[in-house]
Amino acid sequence: MLRKTFGQELQQLKDNTIELGQIVQKMLLQSVDALKNRDIEVSKQILDLDVEVNRRRFEIENQVLVLIATQQPMAYDLRLLASILEIAGELERMGDYAKGIAHINLRMGDAPLVKPLIDIPRMADKSCDMLNRALQAFLEEDEQAARSIPSEDDEVDSLYLQVYRELITYVIQDPTTIERANWLLWAAHNLERVADRVTNICERTIYVVTGVMKEINSSDDEFKTLQEED
Amino acid sequence: MNENHQVILETRNLNIYYGNFQAVANVNLQIPRHKITAIIGPSGCGKSTLLRSFNRMNELVPSARTEGEILFNNENIYDPSIDPVEVRRRIGMVFQKPNPFPKSIYENIAWGLRINGFRGSKSDLDNLVEEALRDAALWDEVKDKLDQSGLSLSGGQQQRLCIARTIALRPEVILMDEPASALDPIATLRIEELMQELKNNYTIIIVTHNMQQAARVSDYTAMMMLLNHEERVGTVIEFDRTKTIFTNPKDKRTEDYVTGRFG
Amino acid sequence: MSAISSLRDLTYERQLTIRQRKGRVLEVIAFFSILLGIAILLTLLIDVFLDGLPWLHPRLFTEFPSRFPEKAGLRSALQGSIWLMVFTALMAIPIGVGAGIYLEEFAPKNRLTEFIEINIANLAGVPSIIYGLLGLGLFVRGLGLGRSLLAGALTMTLLVLPIIIVTTREAIRAVPRSIRLAALALGANEWETARDHVLAYSMPAILTGVILAMSRAIGETAPLITIGALTYIAFDLRGPLDIFTVLPIQIFNWVSLPQKDFQNLAAAGIIVLLALLLSMNAIAIWLRNRLFIRW
Repeated sequence: MLRKTFGQELQQLKDNTIELGQIVQKMLLQSVDALKNRDIEVSKQILDLDVEVNRRRFEIENQVLVLIATQQPMAYDLRLLASILEIAGELERMGDYAKGIAHINLRMGDAPLVKPLIDIPRMADKSCDMLNRALQAFLEEDEQAARSIPSEDDEVDSLYLQVYRELITYVIQDPTTIERANWLLWAAHNLERVADRVTNICERTIYVVTGVMKEINSSDDEFKTLQEED
Repeated sequence: MNENHQVILETRNLNIYYGNFQAVANVNLQIPRHKITAIIGPSGCGKSTLLRSFNRMNELVPSARTEGEILFNNENIYDPSIDPVEVRRRIGMVFQKPNPFPKSIYENIAWGLRINGFRGSKSDLDNLVEEALRDAALWDEVKDKLDQSGLSLSGGQQQRLCIARTIALRPEVILMDEPASALDPIATLRIEELMQELKNNYTIIIVTHNMQQAARVSDYTAMMMLLNHEERVGTVIEFDRTKTIFTNPKDKRTEDYVTGRFG
Repeated sequence: MSAISSLRDLTYERQLTIRQRKGRVLEVIAFFSILLGIAILLTLLIDVFLDGLPWLHPRLFTEFPSRFPEKAGLRSALQGSIWLMVFTALMAIPIGVGAGIYLEEFAPKNRLTEFIEINIANLAGVPSIIYGLLGLGLFVRGLGLGRSLLAGALTMTLLVLPIIIVTTREAIRAVPRSIRLAALALGANEWETARDHVLAYSMPAILTGVILAMSRAIGETAPLITIGALTYIAFDLRGPLDIFTVLPIQIFNWVSLPQKDFQNLAAAGIIVLLALLLSMNAIAIWLRNRLFIRW
């Protein structure tokens, strides 16, 4: 390769992005664990991690801008840099979702959970698994994987629907649970959004490989009523 | 420069004149060791003049006169006791147009070694020639035709031969005066990549018209500008990390120049 | 708008035709000029060859001049010419090349240097008879060398020196400045740069210039007549201080004799002289094509 140094810098940037993704995954899983176990300490740590995620995101953004300013990237290189910019943004938002869940745990204080958490940790596992594989696909530029991962969003959506219905029944039975149910619904909603954002990452991977920028439609029509603009 | 890079070359109140005409005014620069420093700026602002002052090549123009100091490892190279020939051995130079000697590829490198007092055996010389060609990323292309004329090579190869010839003397600094402006884009990228490898062992100062090239290759950038259009005196208006110069310059004139709004 | 542009187009068309016609006329004139030159040269050559070829005999090279055409030869003139060349070369080349190098590489750029440069350039254009007069005054009489080969060679040296100096300077100037800078940037001093690069690369051009200068010397007559090179010498050259003659003078001498046979003998001498000149020029051209560096 002619521009070895530049190539190394791109690789470094990719690695940094993956690393950011790993921190975000850890945050998501731990935030749900903390909620489940009502662990205040862990939730506080997640707030710190969010600061770290934001810092790393700005750093990646800055590195991308410096490379665009100094290295005149073209074609593949340019697509990669633009995608990294986007993906870093998506990851940072996912970090915010984890932070949101941590906040819920902190806000709940001593109030007990409306119900034991079963489906929400499943949602977390599933969306983090999707995120993990989406980042892997991005790293390896695996177009095939990037195309197939978004369809798994349905699974998360149906879990979300399940959580939603379950919580509604709790609220109907005992309207005083409405606030605590809402908190859990909010946590579930955040995890549902994570899976949606994984789709955006996959779209970028496909863009890097093919140069085509196209929205992937997961078959989420039936849940439209539940989905709100973020 | 806030970081603790070791400074290899430092100019102090450097002023360069040609006869009564002042070309460069009041330059105070600190060139960090083992980094690539680019000098950019519009035509005729004294970039090459400044570069040539670092190895006293300016003196080859009879009317040239230099005031101030250039400290090379804290020693003023303009001190009367210093021989310019010694300065040039330790601060090498690569020119705009590839200028290999019309001798064999081997001789192009061996000559510099010999005049600088190489007295070893033929096989030692062979090794030094090979090493220089390897370091200049040219060995694989020329190892079977070392006895052919340096002029028989392509432009890009010729320029790498000139670099090999320079680094054979193991200088500490390599001055490059638009080393790729006569080359095609691929040969240019090759030279740029070579520079990245060379900076592990050498300090490089490059003058370039090509802002993008400065952005690509350098760690630090010195922005030069004419202070005064009537008298055409150039000076360094900003010196900083290259990424700062190209993303967030402090001086409005630098900003205008790198964004193409200069004029 | 369209009327104006079509008018302009018309004017342009007409001018272009005129310009092209002018060019073609000049081309024809130039062609005939060169044809004329070649025709004249051919006529001369054919005339000389017709007269001289029957007299081109080995005897021509082994015999001294004689009152009898069938016994006469160019032996002493050939010896004179060759030795004159050798001595001239021995003196003119080191001095001329050395002066050229000094002026081009080392001389300070001041008024004195400029004055010398202008004088040398002008000397190259001075008529050769003037050199003859100088040689007569300086070497023959002043230094008391008499009408010797050495006096002749010194005179010839004066004659060809400006040519050698000028061609040396031009040859040196043809070496790009970038090569000098390259050598100096490698830590060479000026002498090392001049010796290993400037001189090395300009040597073929210098040699070519030297050969052309020597072929001029071999054809010169006037200055040698002025210093009194004898025309009738019937013995081998005995040393540099001996009297001598040269080919052109011997030819001139034969031409001025009334007998037709001597005229033809002169023609044969001209062929020899021409052959000598042409082969020297051929060597110069060969050197140029073979050794010149294309930058």
